Amino acid sequence: MATHNLKHALFCAIVTVVIAYPILGLDLVAQGTQIGLEGATPTTIISIFLAAGIVFLFQLFRDNIMGNLGKLPKLNPLSGREPMPAEKRAKVEAWVLTAIIVLALFWPFVVSRGSVDLATLVLIYIMLALGLNVVVGLAGLLDLGYVAFYAVGAYTFALLYQYFGFTFWMALPVGALLAATFGMVLGFPVLRLRGDYLAIVTLGFGEIIRILLNNWTAVTGGPNGIGGIPDPTLFGMEFGRRVKGEGNTSFHETFGIAYSGEHKVIFLYLIALVLAVITALVIRRLMRMPVGRAWEALREDEIAARSLGLSRTAVKLSAFTIGAFFAGFAGTVFASKQGFISPESFVFLESAIILAIVVLGGMGSQIGVILAAIAVTILPELAREFSDFRMLVFGAAMVLMMVWRPQGLMPMRRIPISLKRQE
Amino acid sequence: MQDLLYFSQQLVNGLTIGSAYALIAIGYTMVYGIIGMINFAHGEIYMIGAYTALIAITGLATLGVAWLPVILLVALICAVIVSSSMGWAVERVAYRPVRGRHRLIPLISAIGMSIFLQNYVHLAQGSRNIGFPALIDGSFRFGAPESFQLSLSYMQITIFITTLICMTLLSLFISRSRIGRACRAVSQDLGMANLLGIDTNRIISATFVIGASLAAVAGLLLGMYYGSVDPLFGFIAGLKAFTAAVLGGIGSIPGAMLGGLILGVSESMTSGYLSGEYKDVVSFSLLILILLFKPTGLLGKPEVEKI
Amino acid sequence: MLEVQDLSMRFGGLLAVDGVHLDVQNHEIVSVIGPNGAGKTTVFNCVSGFYKPTGGKILFEGKEVQGKPDYKISRLGMVRTFQHVRLFGQMSVVENLLVAQHRHLNTNLLSGLLKTPDYRSREKRSLDKAAYWLERVGLLELANREAGNLAYGQQRRLEIARCMVTEPKLLMLDEPAAGLNPAETNDLNQLIMSLKEDYNVSVLLIEHDMSLVMDISDRITVINQGRPLASGTPDDVRQNDDVIKAYLGEA
Repeated sequence: MATHNLKHALFCAIVTVVIAYPILGLDLVAQGTQIGLEGATPTTIISIFLAAGIVFLFQLFRDNIMGNLGKLPKLNPLSGREPMPAEKRAKVEAWVLTAIIVLALFWPFVVSRGSVDLATLVLIYIMLALGLNVVVGLAGLLDLGYVAFYAVGAYTFALLYQYFGFTFWMALPVGALLAATFGMVLGFPVLRLRGDYLAIVTLGFGEIIRILLNNWTAVTGGPNGIGGIPDPTLFGMEFGRRVKGEGNTSFHETFGIAYSGEHKVIFLYLIALVLAVITALVIRRLMRMPVGRAWEALREDEIAARSLGLSRTAVKLSAFTIGAFFAGFAGTVFASKQGFISPESFVFLESAIILAIVVLGGMGSQIGVILAAIAVTILPELAREFSDFRMLVFGAAMVLMMVWRPQGLMPMRRIPISLKRQE
Repeated sequence: MQDLLYFSQQLVNGLTIGSAYALIAIGYTMVYGIIGMINFAHGEIYMIGAYTALIAITGLATLGVAWLPVILLVALICAVIVSSSMGWAVERVAYRPVRGRHRLIPLISAIGMSIFLQNYVHLAQGSRNIGFPALIDGSFRFGAPESFQLSLSYMQITIFITTLICMTLLSLFISRSRIGRACRAVSQDLGMANLLGIDTNRIISATFVIGASLAAVAGLLLGMYYGSVDPLFGFIAGLKAFTAAVLGGIGSIPGAMLGGLILGVSESMTSGYLSGEYKDVVSFSLLILILLFKPTGLLGKPEVEKI
Repeated sequence: MLEVQDLSMRFGGLLAVDGVHLDVQNHEIVSVIGPNGAGKTTVFNCVSGFYKPTGGKILFEGKEVQGKPDYKISRLGMVRTFQHVRLFGQMSVVENLLVAQHRHLNTNLLSGLLKTPDYRSREKRSLDKAAYWLERVGLLELANREAGNLAYGQQRRLEIARCMVTEPKLLMLDEPAAGLNPAETNDLNQLIMSLKEDYNVSVLLIEHDMSLVMDISDRITVINQGRPLASGTPDDVRQNDDVIKAYLGEA
């Protein structure tokens, strides 16, 4: 063993202790008006040194470990199987997807109200992630202010209701179109920037919109937000116990059934489901259209794309606008689901969560993104203790994915195009 | 006279904050200059510096040490050691393995790192903000006692002087030392420097360590100046410092200083004459305008697109 | 067809191109040759709109195009390849060709979403054209392969096919033979000849190795250190003293 390795391993172990001990091992606690210091529990201290030991051993035997890892047979259960022919595969996929959608349609009638509510949230995140996937995954534009368009959708509904009495169905297209317009107007000047600058500028835009919402108290209610946002209606039928809107009837009276709070939750879930399916289908279609190919071409090689006559601004703008459109969609549903919105819901962290979903699922891959949205939303709910660690784990997962599997858990698969020979 | 005093007060406040921004901005600008990536987690390194300094100060108080220079020196050393170790580790774990890949990949990795560090401190130390003792108290006052007084606090003077010392040391280090010269060579052409036998990995590590150390100094100073820290302490400050770096021309060290000062002054003028709520809006707008109209910043070099 | 007059391009203090003249007539293959670093690619970048020339005029079919954005120049019918092949690496071979045809496909979003008959027939046409050109360059079997995974020679041919599906009037090739072996180079030269003969495309070619272009070029322009050195038929150039001194002599 080279002494060089030993020195390096020792150094890494010391660094581990140095970066972990002060922050983890010494807790700042308030003692009256003063602050004091408390040592952490023995378990924490032991874990810190254990971690340092592991780092030491890993760095010491790094070459051996990495060498052996390379020799291990690939543990990929799929690799052994014969790949299905493309056409058969597409058919199987279509069936599975239809089955899942049908299942999703009937599922809310048998589970608890809380689960349905959570499922609605999952669907909102699916819409958001699919929309961001267009921008980041397909067009390769890192948008860190995506949540701003979500906010535009939500606030559009809330404000249109508050000042003009708009219903959900009137606000839905307006919210989405307004978000898209915002995307276009904000996108136009910034899209010629290089990738990483674009990321920071979009982050700035997101923050500006949030700060404006927070401080324009006269219109947006500031940090107090806007409440009393109505639920969607079904052909003029309301789901509340008493009818509020003029000329509306109530759902339970029309059908002569007993009032139940669940009707409303299920109805909202179904709307979210339909919108999420529409989002997925539309984007899937766009991916196979010239505009979708142009997005990817620009991501792959901007200079080559320009040399073929693609206008960089037009292509990027279309991705930005379409992404924003679906965020607006999701925002409207979110406002209706919560009944109350405030700038709190549209912080940078939300953008980061949506980005994490896209990155974990696999940039460009729709199925991957949908599965990741489900996992990221449901896991913290399943294990309450986990929810504190949620963002810690997301952050670590983003780093690990970039290092080991930047294509994501379910990478995008290209759809083969069949070419008929010339006759 | 009143108006002039008020204006001078804003100017002083702005220059104070601005010089601290400049200290943080060095980290962004040096890393960008060398490997062309935005070290998104740099704000968190600064936040960790502030926390470590506070822990050291509290620890010394518990031990009964009361002599101010010792407290400050120990806090500074602790903050620098922990932050620079963190900067070194972050580069090793999250950036080195993805170096040279598609531009978005290191950036996403950096964002992940930033979220991770924020929550690491959040879980370890709680999410509430914790009071930072005002160790350097008192101020010079100018103007008639019954009207508006310009106050120049000792804390502000400390910030100026410390920044000045740090910047001088940095300039000397870059221009005179062997590592400093290697840093410049690597930022000119990484591949060529490698061929010439410069250990580029070591130079890149050194860059992260230097940037993190300066951020730690800023953490201690701004922690005392603002009087409290919380896990989100670094996020906005990081963005501001990045803005400063871009404003001055990313990759340029004098640019970072100039950018920091301009940003600090424009922020405090907004607070003083418009409203404190909009100071972030002003700095972000400034960032966007600079990137749109002069993406090379004030002192940056133009880039020719290679085809 | 293409006329470049007194073109110059300055980067900071460096005058990379100085007073270059060029012209390409219909149905003609013109080569620009010169040693490495002579400014050939810079000329190309100016003509194709990636750089804004600091002086001079570029006329395409009688209209001034200098300083126009790159994508607009490409839409006029001047399409180029790159010295280092630039494909859309993660997209499949056929998708590379479909991207290039976006203009012929660009109907509005709705007709695509709804798959109207008009959209379908356009899509079919572009697929047919892609298939035709893939067969022409011998890549039909690899149509659904990732473009980035092709062998180098195949990538070069794909890049040319990608230009051809845009139906250019003038094809600009930047060192197309770089990195190819003699057999591949020979195939390439035949392909270029056939583009001119069978598809009526004019070709502007950059090459630093003079021998490669002698057989196929109608005319040759030599530049050295950013300045025009000689121009004429291959035989003229071969016998030009300046050229022999500056270029052939040293080689």
